[in-house]
Order: sequence, then structure tokens, then C-alpha cells
Amino acid sequence: MEISMEKPIDEVIVLDNIIDLSLKKTPKIAVSNVKVWYDDFQAIKGIDMEIKPNTVTAFIGPSGCGKSTFLRLFNRMNDYVDSFKMEGKIKIDSKNIYKKKINVEELRKEVGMVFQKPNPFPKSIFENVAYGLKIQGIKDKKFIKERVESSLKQVALWNEVKDNLNKSGLALSGGQQQRLCIARTLAVEPSIILMDEPTSALDPISTAKIEELIFELKKKYTIVIVTHNMQQASRISDYTAFFYLGALIEFDKTKTIFTNPSKEQTENYITGRFG
Amino acid sequence: MNSIQKNRLKDQAFKYWGICCTCMGLALLIIFIGDILIDGIQRIDWGFITSLPSRKPEKSGIYTALMGSIWILFFTTIIAFPIGVAAGIYLEEYGKKNKLAGILEINISNLAGVPSIIYGLLGLEVFVRIMNLGASVLAGSLTLSLLILPIVIVATRESIKAVPSSIKDASYALGASKWQTIWYQILPASSGGILTGVILALSRAVGETAPLIVVGALAYVPFAPESPMDEFSVLPIQIFNWISRPQHGFIENAAAAIIILLFITFMMNGIAVYFRNKWQSKWK
Repeated sequence: MEISMEKPIDEVIVLDNIIDLSLKKTPKIAVSNVKVWYDDFQAIKGIDMEIKPNTVTAFIGPSGCGKSTFLRLFNRMNDYVDSFKMEGKIKIDSKNIYKKKINVEELRKEVGMVFQKPNPFPKSIFENVAYGLKIQGIKDKKFIKERVESSLKQVALWNEVKDNLNKSGLALSGGQQQRLCIARTLAVEPSIILMDEPTSALDPISTAKIEELIFELKKKYTIVIVTHNMQQASRISDYTAFFYLGALIEFDKTKTIFTNPSKEQTENYITGRFG
Repeated sequence: MNSIQKNRLKDQAFKYWGICCTCMGLALLIIFIGDILIDGIQRIDWGFITSLPSRKPEKSGIYTALMGSIWILFFTTIIAFPIGVAAGIYLEEYGKKNKLAGILEINISNLAGVPSIIYGLLGLEVFVRIMNLGASVLAGSLTLSLLILPIVIVATRESIKAVPSSIKDASYALGASKWQTIWYQILPASSGGILTGVILALSRAVGETAPLIVVGALAYVPFAPESPMDEFSVLPIQIFNWISRPQHGFIENAAAAIIILLFITFMMNGIAVYFRNKWQSKWK
């Protein structure tokens, strides 16, 4: 009798713990007082932000507001710009990614990126997805094959290309190319996926497919997406950040931003009065 | 006449002027090739290609000069190709884009325009005398390598520049190092352009006469070179030598040798065009 009484209580405690954990989860990405300059031009003017794991965060704002620059800080893609200079801290999983000792290549395996224009390599579909594994020095052909298949399945491209894996990635349609690029990113199993206007070069049907995909991917990955499309931000994101002239004007739950923003600038932008 | 008619007239005038200019160039080329073919085509046979030079025009052939050209071409390729491509990669991908890089870039382009005889003098001093290589295949190849290095470097840089930066971004974003990105993405994507540049540069080298004369290539060598340290002759020098002879038979020989030299350059340019087209279609 005693045992059967105790068991349910135990379960409740465990469940409680899970709920507690998910609420208090440490941020996946923590940004504190980040400033960025290109030569004398200050592109980012002191931003703080915390991004929770397994959420979709949308960055919105007019062109040139610094949202893409900010996004590219997370996988250090700005490092290639000669005039780039940065101050402040960005922690991913509590590790400062701008410390000297950080291995940038390791960081980028953890933080994948999908670009504005689909940019498959001029190689076969298979090689496109396998590339990330190849550069890690993985030679196990069976493992690579399985990973390619599972990655293509995750982006719902497998059925469309499984008979043509040796065809050039460039022979696919724009929407398929972008899904291929996402699959390529998934193949290295990152925990964060950065997307820089991933649907701006795609037609509405392909866009819808990518949005569905983002919704699915959220279960396993933390997603940060830059978009110019307000409806897209409101459809797919949990949190929205509004940038203007290099500053973070407002950052809140997407629902709040779109129904009850606290700043006038935000409201003006999302209602289309400027930007 | 109003201004629209005037403009139209100018347009037409320029069009016909352009056609005239093009035809003139083409006509000269056709006359030249036709003349050479008439003089030399009946002289070309297997014996002409495999015979050693001789005092009698009907007995002499281009064997030694052809082999000399092939040796020179081979060594020039293995010297200039790796050095030029590596330098191009460095300048484009590793070198900082500062003032010094700008000066370097202008100077490399200028080097491509330096008269070839000056390279010959440099080769004579550095390779033949200081390095004591003598008038050998190696000294000739090193001299010609110097001559075509700027062309190879510029071609390499241009082809690397033409690789879309989105490809590099994608590679870096997947965690590739700089070297991996260069090796797996940039070089395969630019290889067509690099090869085109290298082949065009080599086809220039195969026609060069002046620097090799300065270095000490001989007009008459009794045997084809058998090692890089041997003396040599090349086709253009053989042609030059034959043309300066009084007997009519040698003029025929020269024409025949010119046909073969032209054939080699056209073939090389053809291969270059093939690579370029193949490379371009990849990006469509």
C-alpha cells in the first residue's frame, strides 16, 4: 500500500522539476552591452539580449538597422570584414564566444547559418549535405550516408531528391535549394540556427514550406531569424526584437510586440507607418 | 536634319567603321595564314617532324627544336604553375587589403607588360651566370617562368575573385577553416579560370624567342635534350634561323615549322577556351 501511495507523488515532483527547469532555463545566447563599429561608423550601439533555448526569435527593423550585423555576431561571420571592431560580451551556453581561446570553427559547428540567397555549393546534392562532415574529417561512409538522409528528411526534401543525390545542387528550384542549405546546416548538428532573411528570395509556396520547417525545427534547435516580413515574424516567432539605427528598441514576446508594443517607434514600424 | 537623325547617322557610321576594322584584322590574318600554308604545307610530313636539322633543307627537320619546345614547356609549367597559383591565392585570400597590397597589385600587372628581352637579360645574369646553370633547358624554363608568372598570378586572382562570396560564406558557416574553404570550394570553382590563364600564358611562352636567345638557346643542336641540363633549341629559334638562310628550301621549312607552331598555339588556346566554357556553364 505504501509503495503505491508514494509513487504518484514522486512523479508529480519530477514533473514539477521539468516545468521549473523549462521556465528557469539558462539563456542559450546572452548578449551584454555589445557595440560594433565598421571603421568610424557605429553599427550596433550597446545591445543586451537573452535568447532562450528552443525558441524562435525574429529580428525585425528597417534596412541598415544592424539586425543582420547583430545576427552574424553569433557565429562570428563579421570577423572577415576588415574594418569590423567589437566591444561587449556574447555568451553561448555560458561561454564567451569572443574570447581569444575560442576556436571559431568549433563555434560554427554549434551555430549554423542559413543565408538570404540560397547558396548551395556547385556540387552534388549529396556532397552539399556531407560537406560539413567531410571538413570535420569524418570518413565513415555509412555514417555520412545516414546523416545525409536524416538531414534531408528533416527538411522534407528526401522524397524529392532521393533518386538524384548525384545531381548538382544548383539544378534544384530556389525553394528546394534553400531547404538543401538548411539540411546542410542540420547535418553538422548545431544547437543554434541563424537565418538571415531565408525566404526573401523565394516564392510564397516555398516560403510556407520553410516556415513550417522552422516550426518543426524549434523542437530541437534554437532559431534566430532576420526577416523583413512582418507577417512572417508574427507567424513563426516566439520572441521579436525590433532594431532601429543600431539600437534594440524593443524585445518581447511576439504577441506583445504585435498587439501591445510599449514603444511608439515599434508600433509605427509594425503598422507600416515607416520603415 | 534634327538631332535624332544625326544620332542615327553617327550610330550607322560607327557600325560600318567597326565592321571595316574587324575585316581588316581578319583579312590580314587570313592572308598571313594562307601565305604560310601555300609555302609550307607540302613540306610537312612525318619525316619533317622526326628529322634532325641538316645543312640540306630537304633533309632537315624540326625534331630537336620540337623536343626542345616540349621540354621547355614542361619545365616552365611545373615551375610557374604552382608558384603563380600559390602567389595568387595568397594575394587574394590571405594578404591584407592595404596600401602595400595595392602597390604590389599594380606592380604585378606592370610586370606582365615588361618586354620579354628584359626577362632574358635577367635570366642570363641570375640563372646562367650566378646559378651557373649554363645555356640549359632549366635556365630557359626558369626565365620563361619569370616571364609568365605575372600572367598566371593575375589570372589566378581574377578567377578567385569571380567565385561568389556566398560560397565562401556557406563554407565558413559550416565550420570550415580558411584552408579547407580554399581547397574544397574556391579552387575547384576557380580551376577553370586558373587553367585557362595558365594555358594562355604557356602558349605565349612557347612562341617566345628573344629571352631564350639571350639565355643562350642554340640555333643548331644536333640532338634533342635528354636532361634539364642539356643545351636546347626551340621552334621559334629554328624558324628564325631558317628564315635567315639564303636557300629557298629553308624558307619552305620555316613556313612548315610556323604551321606546326601555330597549330600548337591554336590547340592550347582551344583547350583554354574549352575549360573556360565548361567553367562558365557551371555557374548558370
